[in-house]
Amino acid sequence: MEERDTYLKSERSQPWREDLRKLISNKERTNMVRVKMNEVDAQVRIKSYVEVNSGLSMEQAQLEASRCIDCPNPTCISGCPVEINIPKFVKRIEQGEFLEAAKVLKETSTLPAVCGRVCPQEKQCEANCFYTLKLKKEPVAIGFLERFAADYEQASGEISIPEIKEKNGVKVGCIGSGPAGLTFAGEMAKSGYEVTVFEALHEIGGVLKYGIPEFRLPNRVVDVEIDALKRMGVQFETNFIVGKTATIEDLKEEGFQAFFAGSGAGLPRFMGIPGENYLGILSSNEYLTRINLMHAAELDSDTPVLSGKNVMVIGGGNTAMDSVRTAKRLGATRAMIVYRRSMDEMPARIEEIEHAKEEGIEFMTLANPIEYFADEKGRVKSVKIQKMELGEPDASGRRRPIPMEGSEEIIEAETVVVSVGVSPNPIVPDSLPDLETTKWGTIVVNPDSLQSSIPEMFAGGDIVRGGATVILAMGDGRRAAQAMHKYLTNKNA
Amino acid sequence: MYEILSKEFFSENVVKLVIHAPRIAKARRAGHFVILKIGEKGERFPLTIAGADRENGTITLVVQKVGVSSRKLVALEVGECITDLVGPLGQATHIEHKGTILACGGGVGVAPLLPIVEAYKKAGNRVITVIAARSKDLIILEDQIKEFSDELIVMTDDGSHGQKGLVTEGMEAAIAREKIDEAIIIGPAVMMKFAAMCTKKHNIPTMVSLNTIMVDGTGMCGACRITVAGKTKFVCVDGPEFDAHQVDFDEMLLRLNGYKEIEKAAESTYLNLNTDSCQIPS
Ligand SMILES: Cc1cc2nc3c(=O)[nH]c(=O)nc-3n(C[C@H](O)[C@H](O)[C@H](O)COP(=O)(O)OP(=O)(O)OC[C@H]3O[C@@H](n4cnc5c(N)ncnc54)[C@H](O)[C@@H]3O)c2cc1C
Ligand SMILES: Cc1cc2nc3c(=O)[nH]c(=O)nc-3n(C[C@H](O)[C@H](O)[C@H](O)COP(=O)(O)OP(=O)(O)OC[C@H]3O[C@@H](n4cnc5c(N)ncnc54)[C@H](O)[C@@H]3O)c2cc1C
Ligand code: SF4
Ligand code: FES
Repeated sequence: MEERDTYLKSERSQPWREDLRKLISNKERTNMVRVKMNEVDAQVRIKSYVEVNSGLSMEQAQLEASRCIDCPNPTCISGCPVEINIPKFVKRIEQGEFLEAAKVLKETSTLPAVCGRVCPQEKQCEANCFYTLKLKKEPVAIGFLERFAADYEQASGEISIPEIKEKNGVKVGCIGSGPAGLTFAGEMAKSGYEVTVFEALHEIGGVLKYGIPEFRLPNRVVDVEIDALKRMGVQFETNFIVGKTATIEDLKEEGFQAFFAGSGAGLPRFMGIPGENYLGILSSNEYLTRINLMHAAELDSDTPVLSGKNVMVIGGGNTAMDSVRTAKRLGATRAMIVYRRSMDEMPARIEEIEHAKEEGIEFMTLANPIEYFADEKGRVKSVKIQKMELGEPDASGRRRPIPMEGSEEIIEAETVVVSVGVSPNPIVPDSLPDLETTKWGTIVVNPDSLQSSIPEMFAGGDIVRGGATVILAMGDGRRAAQAMHKYLTNKNA
Repeated sequence: MYEILSKEFFSENVVKLVIHAPRIAKARRAGHFVILKIGEKGERFPLTIAGADRENGTITLVVQKVGVSSRKLVALEVGECITDLVGPLGQATHIEHKGTILACGGGVGVAPLLPIVEAYKKAGNRVITVIAARSKDLIILEDQIKEFSDELIVMTDDGSHGQKGLVTEGMEAAIAREKIDEAIIIGPAVMMKFAAMCTKKHNIPTMVSLNTIMVDGTGMCGACRITVAGKTKFVCVDGPEFDAHQVDFDEMLLRLNGYKEIEKAAESTYLNLNTDSCQIPS
């Protein structure tokens, strides 16, 4: 901790930072208003999969960066799960050194172009910004700036490939190619290891590809980073399910010395209410996979998707928001969110909720489905909804929703997307009887080293945390790589 | 990658393919299946592994042309490759010595039945197999099934081969003659429904191998879900085999037809564009 403080202080006292601070007075800086993200108009964007946010211009980015007063005690950093040196990259943007800004991001984050788009900044860095905490003003747009610097680097074609230590000939395996796995792979490749990433699906990227839609995170943004990993020598094997296509034992025989499980929380939960298996009722994973991974909305794709005029999405998280906005884009006239708590408790990113409202999504809060009804062909046609009220806070600190008797109403819907959470993927734990797991099926790890009960098996991301976030998964990938490097160095010494 | 090494037509619509897939050949056991995808924009669809050769690193698939994806697969020639192939998936059949087994296969369901019949026989069971189809040219793998069966009953709807009648009639005949310890049924959903009713009547523990619609095949989407004993199960990870007497077949039949209209339209478009079934699909 102290070491880090000293480092941050010495960085802050570099002449270029000192000069920059003197350029504009703090009074002037704090009187500027926060930049607005450039967006595609709601009526236009719901007719395509175009990315909603189009990014900041150079001028906008530099102006916004100059709002940051380069605090002596930068509280924003403590809000970032991977402790990006936020003032440093922001000041590099103010200075116009955009590639340098991107380098600062890459010191601690492997996928800044992704995080800049999907991190819940309003709960992390921006929640801890001096503007939010002390001035009660809108925070510096850290997320937009992060995305700006990362996009600038991607567009420049000068993606910095980190320096790679001499190859040490040690083979390690990475299970899953989500943000946790990709980060782990990059870190290990940097340290000279021969890394193979095994991915069950036919595409690399995990949730970044099959879950989060194109209008929020274009595939090309992820592909640039995957290409960089390939150039660093990381091998990718798609259509390979560790535990099925080959076991950990098989892979050990092939010379793999250690593994990182970043296999995610991919299993959809259902609610177990009457009629839930009718046609037209599907998990958000199925809905989004058909569209994002299988391209079902494109004419030349063989994969079909059920659409409907009235689409109801159950849940209030990012996955629910992504599903309901996808439904709108597939032509639904009525695309509805049904969420059992109130607007304030909704776990989705604020920006997504705002965008959804602009796109004409209806929100039914304090409401819960209790039964489905179907037509003679078994296709869902309506949903019985029960109203809820908020009672005492529960274990999560949120007020518990309580059903209101006699408040039932019937709402028409030909497509229902169930988005009420996910469970850990059981394939890796099932294939390793000695692996310690929790009663929820997550892998138990040492919180510092992310080492599991099997010494050569490390784990991180959603398979350890349950459904969490991209940035936490990335942070885990990085820490696991450091710990595994230490472990293997000691073991092979 | 996954090269087609040989291709044999059992009938106009049923084809056997041998495919290079050494890892799957090594890992698979009876009851496992694979998911395939043909072309960049192809759909993911499941097929049972009908056999495997570890030494040569190959697996055998038997596929019936029913729609776009199965037609695209059948249109591939020896030497061409399957774009994506993943497996082995599902739980393997639990094979042990039980006594007398009644194995029943309908239509292309005979293909997935073959490795199970073989495994039961090798585990020392007496195996009576009933295979059934609409007519003679739709009966597949008869010789291979015979090799591992103590007795083989062939049924056709029109009597063009074996005995005339439904699969259940062949089953009843066997059950009437001797004590059956366990039954396994694989075929079209309707056939499994009625065959399961038959064994239930006689109190014979029975397994079915279900062929629901699937997407990923790894438990991630829930497209394959069915109700077994009142609980929702995912066929791709919990199955594909289940206790036949606990499966809600009516629900499964409804779910199987979920995409029928879209699939039929896609198939006619495909057929219009590919009049010669040997043409390589785009
Ligand atoms: C629709 C949706 C929207 C989201 N939106 C946001 C957001 O806006 N912001 C945010 O921070 N977070 C968001 N999340 C959550 C975030 O995406 C996850 O927390 C994150 O992706 C977890 O990363 P991971 O690497 O642990 O796993 P995943 O991304 O789930 O990747 C795991 C990978 O492992 C593969 N795999 C599993 N088992 C095996 C095996 N045995 N062998 C080989 N491969 C295997 C899987 O196929 C998958 O590709 C969202 C999630 C969803 C579903
Ligand atoms: C575990 C498992 C193992 C299977 N093993 C085999 C096998 O060894 N050989 C084989 O030929 N087929 C097998 N099937 C069925 C096969 O997956 C389907 O026939 C195939 O997906 C159809 O794809 P298509 O695009 O050609 O037809 P589609 O256009 O998708 O469908 C054509 C018609 O078939 C129906 N249909 C769609 N999917 C299925 C399905 N899964 N089962 C039954 N009917 C369906 C549709 O309602 C439609 O009427 C298996 C299915 C499962 C789940
Ligand atoms: S990674 Fe996320 S939390 Fe950290 S600075 Fe960037 S947007 Fe903020
Ligand atoms: S096919 Fe997706 S869960 Fe079974």
